[in-house]
Amino acid sequence: MKPARAKSTVIVSLTLEELCRFCHADRNWVIELVEHGVLEPEGASIQNWRFHSISIARAKKARRLNRDLGVNAAGIALVLDLLAERDEMLRRLASFEDV
Amino acid sequence: MKYRDYYKILGIAPTAEAEEIKRAYRKLARKYHPDINATAEAEAKFKDVNEAYEVLKDPERRAAYDQLGKPEAGAQDGFRPPPGWEGGFEFTGGSPEDAEVFSDFFETLFRRQGQPFGAAAGARSADQHARLQLDIADAYSGAARVLTLRMPQVGTDGSIQLQERSIMVQVPKGITEGQHIRLAGQGMAPPGGGLPGDLFLEVSFAPHPVYRAVGRDLYLDLPVAPWEAALGGKVMMPTPDGKVALTIPANARSGQKLRLKGKGLPGTPAGDIFATLRIVNPKVTTEEARRVFERMAREVPFNPRAGIGG
Repeated sequence: MKPARAKSTVIVSLTLEELCRFCHADRNWVIELVEHGVLEPEGASIQNWRFHSISIARAKKARRLNRDLGVNAAGIALVLDLLAERDEMLRRLASFEDV
Repeated sequence: MKYRDYYKILGIAPTAEAEEIKRAYRKLARKYHPDINATAEAEAKFKDVNEAYEVLKDPERRAAYDQLGKPEAGAQDGFRPPPGWEGGFEFTGGSPEDAEVFSDFFETLFRRQGQPFGAAAGARSADQHARLQLDIADAYSGAARVLTLRMPQVGTDGSIQLQERSIMVQVPKGITEGQHIRLAGQGMAPPGGGLPGDLFLEVSFAPHPVYRAVGRDLYLDLPVAPWEAALGGKVMMPTPDGKVALTIPANARSGQKLRLKGKGLPGTPAGDIFATLRIVNPKVTTEEARRVFERMAREVPFNPRAGIGG
């Protein structure tokens, strides 16, 4: 079967409402993630918030961790920080091991 | 279809209590969650564990599953449910929240009732999410990828079949990790008719032995010879876009970071390349090389352990 061709566009940024729809999350949950520093939107007020690619991917990850493992916003902030640290350590370890 | 031993997947006895099932599931879900465990087999294991729990957590489904009986070890591949098995059980609610496709075994036996997806959440949007793994080089040049998706379709007799469908995706140049590509109208057709949703692809890069991308910047460890580091000069550095000349300053240290502006992932502005120097010693195998090192040992005043009191 010949694959269908589809027009593709890259998502540049999302507003709070768009992000909520995008990752099936509710508004308060997203605001809580911002308060915990998990997401870093651009814009001074909630109405002007724009979420860029890194925050969009992190919001989805946060949603999955919450849904699958029951982790709350504070726990997600901690988990993501520790995972970033772990990945950095693993990378450094790998660079020593292959010398 | 292939029989699936859900008790074995969760590592519990068929007599396990509901609480025990939940504990075993939670422990394995934490261990294999794809956002936490990046190994290749974690995602498949996580899916298996969820499929097993989806059946065993629900008393009705678990009773139906137990009634199937476990086939002999040799007869698990061509499994058929015993005649009359379907009678007497009502599966209510409890569909997995996301449009996740489980094994044929699960889809055929346990997802027959109601709509294929999200039966519990009727108003769920028909948008669909998937991941797209690319090579870093694809982000430099742009790429076309054929994506194959498996989606359950309800047949005219109400049975569910997994259908494969392929979509050609144009990946634009300069895409970065974590960005989403939207394919309008390529999501699912909502049950009961209506316009299909969008398909969103989250981009990630396959691990590369040399390069690591952070946003549009590219990081790598660059091995240099002791004399290149000491004397400085131009060396040829590989990039996903071809080789470029990099100037090493004289007396460069191991671990020193050099920036090559604008040679990272393309965009406005383009990213940079950060090369961390790693001084690598040549193996001394020839008489000639031995003589040079011996001369350096005699003539170059240097105590590498001065800083640690040695």
